[in-house]
Amino acid sequence: MLHQEPLPSTHDASIGRRVGEHLCVVRSNSAVNADYRLMRLSAPAGALAAEPGQFFHILCPATADGTPFLRRPMSVYHVDVAGEAIGFLYKVHGAGTRVLDALQPGATLDVLGPLGRGFTLDAAWRRIVLVGRGVGLATLAPLAVRAAAAGVGVTAVLSVRRPDLVMSVDLLSRCGADVHVVHDADGSSDVAAVGRLITQLLDQHPADAVFTCGSSRLLTLLQGIAKARGLYGEVALEQQMACGLSMCFCCVRAFKVGDEVEHRRVCWEGPVFDLQEALP
Amino acid sequence: MTDLAVDVGRCLLANPVMPASGTFSEALADAIDLDRLGALVAKTVMPEKRAGNALPRVAETPMGMLNSIGIPCKGPEAFVQHTIPAFKRYRPPFVASISAGTVRGFADLAAQVVAGGADVVEANISCPNLEADGHAFAVSPKATARVVQALRAATDAPLWAKLSPNAPNIAEVAMAAEAAGADAVVVANTILGMAIDVERRRTRLGAGMGGLSGPAIKPIVLRMTYQCVRAVRIPVIGCGGIATAADALEFLIAGARAVQVGTATFRHPTTMIRILDDLDAWCRERGIARITDVIGTLEPFETPQLEAAEDLAAE
Repeated sequence: MLHQEPLPSTHDASIGRRVGEHLCVVRSNSAVNADYRLMRLSAPAGALAAEPGQFFHILCPATADGTPFLRRPMSVYHVDVAGEAIGFLYKVHGAGTRVLDALQPGATLDVLGPLGRGFTLDAAWRRIVLVGRGVGLATLAPLAVRAAAAGVGVTAVLSVRRPDLVMSVDLLSRCGADVHVVHDADGSSDVAAVGRLITQLLDQHPADAVFTCGSSRLLTLLQGIAKARGLYGEVALEQQMACGLSMCFCCVRAFKVGDEVEHRRVCWEGPVFDLQEALP
Repeated sequence: MTDLAVDVGRCLLANPVMPASGTFSEALADAIDLDRLGALVAKTVMPEKRAGNALPRVAETPMGMLNSIGIPCKGPEAFVQHTIPAFKRYRPPFVASISAGTVRGFADLAAQVVAGGADVVEANISCPNLEADGHAFAVSPKATARVVQALRAATDAPLWAKLSPNAPNIAEVAMAAEAAGADAVVVANTILGMAIDVERRRTRLGAGMGGLSGPAIKPIVLRMTYQCVRAVRIPVIGCGGIATAADALEFLIAGARAVQVGTATFRHPTTMIRILDDLDAWCRERGIARITDVIGTLEPFETPQLEAAEDLAAE
């Protein structure tokens, strides 16, 4: 680490609050494959309280090309309490992430959080199944780490466009997870094929709960499987956000509660929701 | 410490900084101490349950954002049962923002929220008037007078009218609100705008058009605030693009009794606390004991050379 590196801090007005405006320092920011980048930040204590499934709302700094006005929500990929660092996996696809892409080690970044409601993990569970697509894997990875630490077994199905775009296999393997990669190139990521794979894996290693993120087709698939087997499930959802703190009502999605359709805020009631209530 | 207390009509506030309706909820207590604010202003409640507009509901613009949220709302009963008690746990006065499509709807709702414990009623009259072809009440002095009169008859509680910057002459609307019995006017709501995604050839908002807010609109709303201050005797509350103490001071010097902070809270949830701390520091550095000593202190622009030239020309 550089000696000259500025220290991370939390804005005075939010010290000791559940949600802080933290000034974090970029430790590293580099590509993990052709699509995704990993950014690690030195973070103050308040940010290290983040739970798997929670997110941070990142203020992208101004550049010569302009200032992205709104913050960008990003689910936490890893929290290293001992190393006082948090990490984010992201894909460059717009004005905000282009700015993040250009950040060099030593730069400071205003990071608001932790925000939202994270995943449920019951230490009495024997095994959980994670099913992620694309960047959804980044959201599920910290849950695998937490489960492994709690002695809960993990089965992970990672769906990607191409095999070279898969992420987190090493991380998941280190957690002792049973990892299965499916991709579009050989058709193994077809919904029907993934359905057969998950059914087979559940038959081999029964699980207590299922979790998904990153694909509405996989959400629908998993809802069916979980319902048929009476499994508890959760889904982490994404939506465009402005405030990230329940105030503006721009990030709503529809949910089925009994016979009613209800709108809930992804930033506040989520981003992790009951699997069966989510509408794709 | 500077004495930051201001009176807004019959309402004494500990300081002049409060949230703008629709950009605030009790959840902000997770990030800041709500007891430090001058007042608490809830999201607008309407007489009926509403789902809100189609997504996307926000679009960012240079130094601002457009929104077409559409006032999703659970109705007055839920507001009285849950929202009001949640805010009444805090010290600052609670301002209920209300809206309705009819004059009668406004009046009934005001009575309901005051009975439920609201300390102040803020009438969001920028919504479409269902009795006048959907034109917002706030674009017309006549329609504004009608709705404020009905509200005045319905409640004795302090009544603030939140005006629209989309009115052709906002000062005339402010005068109509004053004459009809409003205790203060809030200047102003968002400015109607639009943005288009050129690749998809679609509007960036699901509803097509929406309200522009943020630093981009501050000079326009500051001008309107100044015009209203000159037109009415009741207090004017400035609201539009305020993100720093310097912004707040511009409005106060122009004559606003208090300010509302909205979109800036989306970028920095600590904005209102920063503004309060910086206002205090600014006053102390200049030996100003009370924030009220700053309000309405705009100096006339002096042009001595020009005057001298005119004098010469007159001779």
